[in-house]
Amino acid sequence: MEFSFLFISSPQCVTQHFNKHPTLRHMSQSVVITGLGVLTGLGQGAPAFWEGLCQQRSALKPVQSFDASEFASSIASEVKDFSARTMVPKSYRKAVKIMSRDIQLAVGAAQLAVLDAGLITRASPEVIAEDTQTTYPADRIGCQIGAGLIAAETPELAMALATAKADDGSFSPHLWGQSAMDNLPPLWLLKYLPNMPACHVSIIHGAQGPSNTITCSEASGLLSAGESLRVIQRGSADACFSGGTESKINPMGLMRHHLGGRLAPTDPSTSAPDLIKPYDPDSPGQLIGEAAGVAIVESQTHAKQRQAKMYARLLGFGAGQSTFGNIPPLPDIQSSGTETGLVFAIQDALNEAGISPDQIDVIVPHASGIGFMDAREAQALREVFSSALTKIELITITPNVGDALAGQSSLQLTAAALALKNQQLPARINPGNPPSDLRAEQISARKASLGYALVCTNALGGQNAAMVLERL
Amino acid sequence: MSDVRVVITGTGWVTPLGCDVPSVWKRMIAGDSGIAPVAQFPASSYPTNFAGESEDVNLDAILPNPKPHRHALRNVRFALAAAAQAWSQAGLSTHSLTNPRRFGMYLGSGEGPPDFGPFAEANLKSWKADSRSVDYANWAQSAQKLFTVHNEVGQEPNMSLAHLATAFGCQGPAYNCMTACAASTQALGEAFEIIRHGDADAMLTGGAHSMIHPLGMSGFIRLTAMSTRCDNPTTAARPFDATRDGFVMGEGAGMIVLESLQHALDRGATPLAEVAGYGSTADAYRITDMHPDGQGAASAMRMALKQAGIEPREPASDNRPPIDYISAHGTGTKENDSTESNAIHTVFGPQAHNLAVSSIKSMTGHLIQAAGAVELITCVQAIQTGWLPPTMNLSEPDVECDLDYIPNQARDLNANNGVEVCLSNSFGFGGQNDTVVIRKFHP
Repeated sequence: MEFSFLFISSPQCVTQHFNKHPTLRHMSQSVVITGLGVLTGLGQGAPAFWEGLCQQRSALKPVQSFDASEFASSIASEVKDFSARTMVPKSYRKAVKIMSRDIQLAVGAAQLAVLDAGLITRASPEVIAEDTQTTYPADRIGCQIGAGLIAAETPELAMALATAKADDGSFSPHLWGQSAMDNLPPLWLLKYLPNMPACHVSIIHGAQGPSNTITCSEASGLLSAGESLRVIQRGSADACFSGGTESKINPMGLMRHHLGGRLAPTDPSTSAPDLIKPYDPDSPGQLIGEAAGVAIVESQTHAKQRQAKMYARLLGFGAGQSTFGNIPPLPDIQSSGTETGLVFAIQDALNEAGISPDQIDVIVPHASGIGFMDAREAQALREVFSSALTKIELITITPNVGDALAGQSSLQLTAAALALKNQQLPARINPGNPPSDLRAEQISARKASLGYALVCTNALGGQNAAMVLERL
Repeated sequence: MSDVRVVITGTGWVTPLGCDVPSVWKRMIAGDSGIAPVAQFPASSYPTNFAGESEDVNLDAILPNPKPHRHALRNVRFALAAAAQAWSQAGLSTHSLTNPRRFGMYLGSGEGPPDFGPFAEANLKSWKADSRSVDYANWAQSAQKLFTVHNEVGQEPNMSLAHLATAFGCQGPAYNCMTACAASTQALGEAFEIIRHGDADAMLTGGAHSMIHPLGMSGFIRLTAMSTRCDNPTTAARPFDATRDGFVMGEGAGMIVLESLQHALDRGATPLAEVAGYGSTADAYRITDMHPDGQGAASAMRMALKQAGIEPREPASDNRPPIDYISAHGTGTKENDSTESNAIHTVFGPQAHNLAVSSIKSMTGHLIQAAGAVELITCVQAIQTGWLPPTMNLSEPDVECDLDYIPNQARDLNANNGVEVCLSNSFGFGGQNDTVVIRKFHP
């Protein structure tokens, strides 16, 4: 049935929509995605991610990076065989030491995106060899990379704290202040500041345009994409690094999310792919993934000039906030009403895109696996799409890569861009029973004709974002 | 280019000098200091043991329905108190927004303070000295017993948004950014652009932050970024002085209501000032240092001035300086103050010496992510009152800082037609530069 929307992506139709919304359009630059870089448990690079989704693979496995056996939830999607050192110029390798895992993932994803987009930056070997110039002047590239709260590495901090042990075994503030804190490395703080992913990327690639770090949990990546779009539309840059990064696969991250009631309990006999059941009211919770996704977004004029490959156009963006009866919104006390902020976000995105809900061919939602969040998200989709919803395929990625929080919606954006580019729906994993009006049940990958995709997310904290992408 | 005009209609803050705008402003004009030995936790043996602490907030006294907020952490309590002031000055009453989805939020709020006691205990218990490694099973058991859900989840940096949305009913586009010390200036700039683009009619913007806790203080001490003048804390924050030895940590919040002029006029609100320009750049130089000639800072200022239609190297039409007041980032570190002064020279050229520049951090300390919003409110106050706040503790001029920093005494410009245009700078670790220009509102 999605084939019936094929005609929508013809240029004449798009022109019509432009004319329907002259006030929105005349000031707006057309902005396209020209490069994708992702690091997920499914592998390194967008092709590995896509292949994993299509082959119905799940990267959710028992945690290997530390002994998580005593944690209530100890299955996660980890990025394997990744070394940030190999992905930065030789002169920058020393700096990897002061990058937390979240920063390293972002730096790696940005490098993959640059290569995919065919951008020449100051990190490119030919620029370092002074053979050629960068694609963009430094002040015309911005950098919006969302991040979360980055937990200090436990061994590094525990080792320093242990040197402030009083005779009775307790922590001594006096000893800590007097000398023990000297056991923290001098640049310790800089390893964990959330703006460092964007800062390192801007330094490595020489991006001197507007640079921002949005910290709205799962909405961070998509809000960053929206901000990149606006930065280019208002003329403050011609291209942006745009994405999100997070790794909560550390003791603090797993504990915090367990305490927050978000994680599915696991035990040694659990098989991970059976746990995550998007939109099933009986879903036991979510599992954590670590990931970074960085896209290169550019004004279409510039992308055309340099004959760049284009994945999709960012056609419309919206954001909105939900309110709660109690904060933080924990699963045991939240009613599963409608995610109102998500309704506003999607409606605004569709409005800017100049298309109606039934023109959307595929939706890439959050699908967290957390019962109340899924229920609120589903209710928002019903409100916007009403009966058309039953005809729209969903792409759900949490059973494959877990939930990477600030990195997650950048992965969703990547999936949407690839679906449009490849004209293909990836497989879905869902061992549960999603409601019959949502196309979220288990399926295999197949070819499909896709003109418009919607990426949307809700988030812990009530921020919501939505982006309409158009096939090129 | 959008022709939407954006005005400020409400301001509120929580600072080490107090927590309402008129009384704190009086103290700033008087040159008071809010710096004292740290009282929140035992810090007497720390190399820097003083800070600008703000009085905690009693939410029952400021919110009609405090119930959903009973778990709010210190930074969020500051945010709620500052926002309540801004809300009331803007003439908005709680939950009476006519179109809540057109009222957004863009904050530069920081993370919540860590629950340090239980955290230290779990780490100490699980540290195995012989193998110099962590026993994660032990760590997990201790943490499970000692940590509480509200103190942990409450640290997430988007919690200010969740609380403000619930308290004030804002359901439009909502963002929180963390660009270190530049965050709330950047938040205000982006909020301004969101209204200009038409994505919202009004925005609640600003920031709240407290890093006055053991890990926050220790982190900055290890970076050798803070003053160690423990014998005389009130003189420790000395921006632009030759003997400055680092910044002094502060905490608090600044919140601002921004709206399109049309939206303000339609509801009969009084504009306090107009936002005229915003500039945001990255140094792309080093994570630890600013670019030595301040080129990123200079381009942020140029970008904001260009948008405001101000020619920095020429006097204003009535022979005033191009800007009446610059609220400097002015942290009191060796590097920032000379680099910022250089950047101001680069941008304003022959006009640089006609400018009045000051840093209120000499009185409040550095409110980290909340600093930019609080400093922008001082610019609004300057426009409203015609007074410029001083840079205190400036007794020994530095050859590398040769501007007019309004040393030690506030300045009254009312005899010279008051204050027309102000510029506020904020720079963050990693090379983030943000500048906002505001001007007196003329219909």
